[in-house]
Amino acid sequence: MIQERNDSYAVVVEGLTKTFGPFTAVDDMHFKVRKGEIFGFLGPNGAGKSTTIRMLCGLLAPTTGGAMVGGYDVGKDPDSVKAIIGYMSQRFSLYDDLTVEQNIRFYGGIYGLPGSRLEERKSWAIEMAGLKGKAGSLTRTLSGGWKQRLALGCAILHEPPIVFLDEPTGGVDPVSRRNFWDLIYALSSAGTTVFVTTHYLDEAEHCNTIGLIYSGRLIAFGSPTELKHKLDQYKILEVVCGNPVDAMDALQTQPWVVETSIFGSAFHVSTTGLQDPEESIRSELTRQGIPVDRIEGIPPSLEDVFIHLIAEEDKQ
Amino acid sequence: MNEFSVVLENVSKIFTEEGKHEIVAVDGVSLTIRKGEIFTLVGPDGAGKTTMIRMMCGVIPPSQGSIEVTGLRMDFHLSEIKTRIGYLAQRFSLYGDLTVDENIDFFAEIHKVRDYERRKLELLDFMRLSPFRGRLAERLSGGMKQKLALACTLIHTPQIIFLDEPTTGVDPVSRRDFWKILSSVLRSGISIVMATPYLDEAERSSRVALINEGKILMCDTPEHVKASFPLNVMEIVCEDPRKAMGLLKGGKGFQSIELFGDRLHIVFDSAKAAMEETLENLRTLGVPATGRTISPSLEDVFISKISR
Repeated sequence: MIQERNDSYAVVVEGLTKTFGPFTAVDDMHFKVRKGEIFGFLGPNGAGKSTTIRMLCGLLAPTTGGAMVGGYDVGKDPDSVKAIIGYMSQRFSLYDDLTVEQNIRFYGGIYGLPGSRLEERKSWAIEMAGLKGKAGSLTRTLSGGWKQRLALGCAILHEPPIVFLDEPTGGVDPVSRRNFWDLIYALSSAGTTVFVTTHYLDEAEHCNTIGLIYSGRLIAFGSPTELKHKLDQYKILEVVCGNPVDAMDALQTQPWVVETSIFGSAFHVSTTGLQDPEESIRSELTRQGIPVDRIEGIPPSLEDVFIHLIAEEDKQ
Repeated sequence: MNEFSVVLENVSKIFTEEGKHEIVAVDGVSLTIRKGEIFTLVGPDGAGKTTMIRMMCGVIPPSQGSIEVTGLRMDFHLSEIKTRIGYLAQRFSLYGDLTVDENIDFFAEIHKVRDYERRKLELLDFMRLSPFRGRLAERLSGGMKQKLALACTLIHTPQIIFLDEPTTGVDPVSRRDFWKILSSVLRSGISIVMATPYLDEAERSSRVALINEGKILMCDTPEHVKASFPLNVMEIVCEDPRKAMGLLKGGKGFQSIELFGDRLHIVFDSAKAAMEETLENLRTLGVPATGRTISPSLEDVFISKISR
């Protein structure tokens, strides 16, 4: 039971649990998202991300525990929750055979925006999406980046204080992705709380706070920098050599090697329990007759963090 | 023996639809892909990546120019080339109502491979799909479907495989797994050509071609592409990066400023080190910050090239 309203948080999750028969999809989850923050919700497929988001959007009732979203209880008052959030899914939910303007009107109707406000918001959405002069174009003729911005415009037409973006950038090109993140920052600077899921961890770097979930449980929570410090016990190195594939093979059998991963003519190796991993790698490769051009320590990427924390969970 | 897997010489593809303007999807591209490479074509939607891959696989003919694959000319030896290559299309076509085993059998048969049983077991083992041989393809997870599709692409032991955006929509754990498998594929002597919209994937390849509007903007190793970047890149860490961004955004001297959760990433519009000046400016405006010069990412290079 959640009694207090916590004014500085847009989302407060306490003991949130969802079971489907014998299967626990979301398992006693606790976390808080501050107002105006960009919160990245990450996890592999099947980890429980969608189930959690559906509960937070008031679409699915929790089995036990609960969550407050914008001050409303998702279990008791799902309709109030639905009214104050925006939701954009990876499939963009646009009607391909309607024009840009018709799609916006359709969403305006769903949100019950009165005529004058709808006109105002319609102009805003067209401007924001960079679709001026294209209001009459059929949606299917738009590129991925435009569709994505139009879908975002439709999702926030009613100016919700909290917006959920479920894999909003899947299959969108680098330039459009960068534009999209500029829009997200603008929203967040204007006070909107942004709750976003993505499979692309270079994007997760943009978030203020990240929650990593696995098997229905929250296994890490913090800023990107804080999460990277969780890997301080592992030392990650980049090794440049003539034949990275053979070198990776040669190291793979060493007990101190946690992971190897190819990067063009180099590879990354993560090690554990070594004083001087550079020396150990060099001597092992030399022993196996593989010449090394360069070895250098590198900071972990968020992908490294993700892969390592999940591997640790699997061991337990 | 030819050391090149694929050679494109001045290749163009022009699509014409009745009553419409011609669309130049690929515009005078010359390119050589070496044996044993993971070669990546990277670019935005509509840049021409898929059209290039389809021409290299002999699925569609070029409008102009010549293509050689494994030392054979496409216009003379199309059917021989098809036996030597594997192609994993963007929406790969597994049969949902066939099992894992049956899907592989099907692909072996259309490629007229005989005695593929051993190869099949090897591939199943390799992809860690052996425990799921009897499962219907439609009941596999996204990552497993992708691995099965790759197994089907490899059943006839091709010399080179073409993968069109193989990791779109795949989660990070499966993606890393997929890259492990690709490095083993490479070790077995098979060259890999892939198209992707993701620059972090391009970082992992032997060489990368940056593509925009049907043309190659640049083609080299990721290190050389980054080293060629003439501009100064800097990372700034401060208490309130949003405020810093707001203060800097209107100013001169920046090509782009990108905001991350706890830092800014600035590309200056010249090679001149304007770092001290920027930090001093921020300090005067009440945002003390620290900064360091960093090497550009492939994304910096790419965005800078196509926004010109």
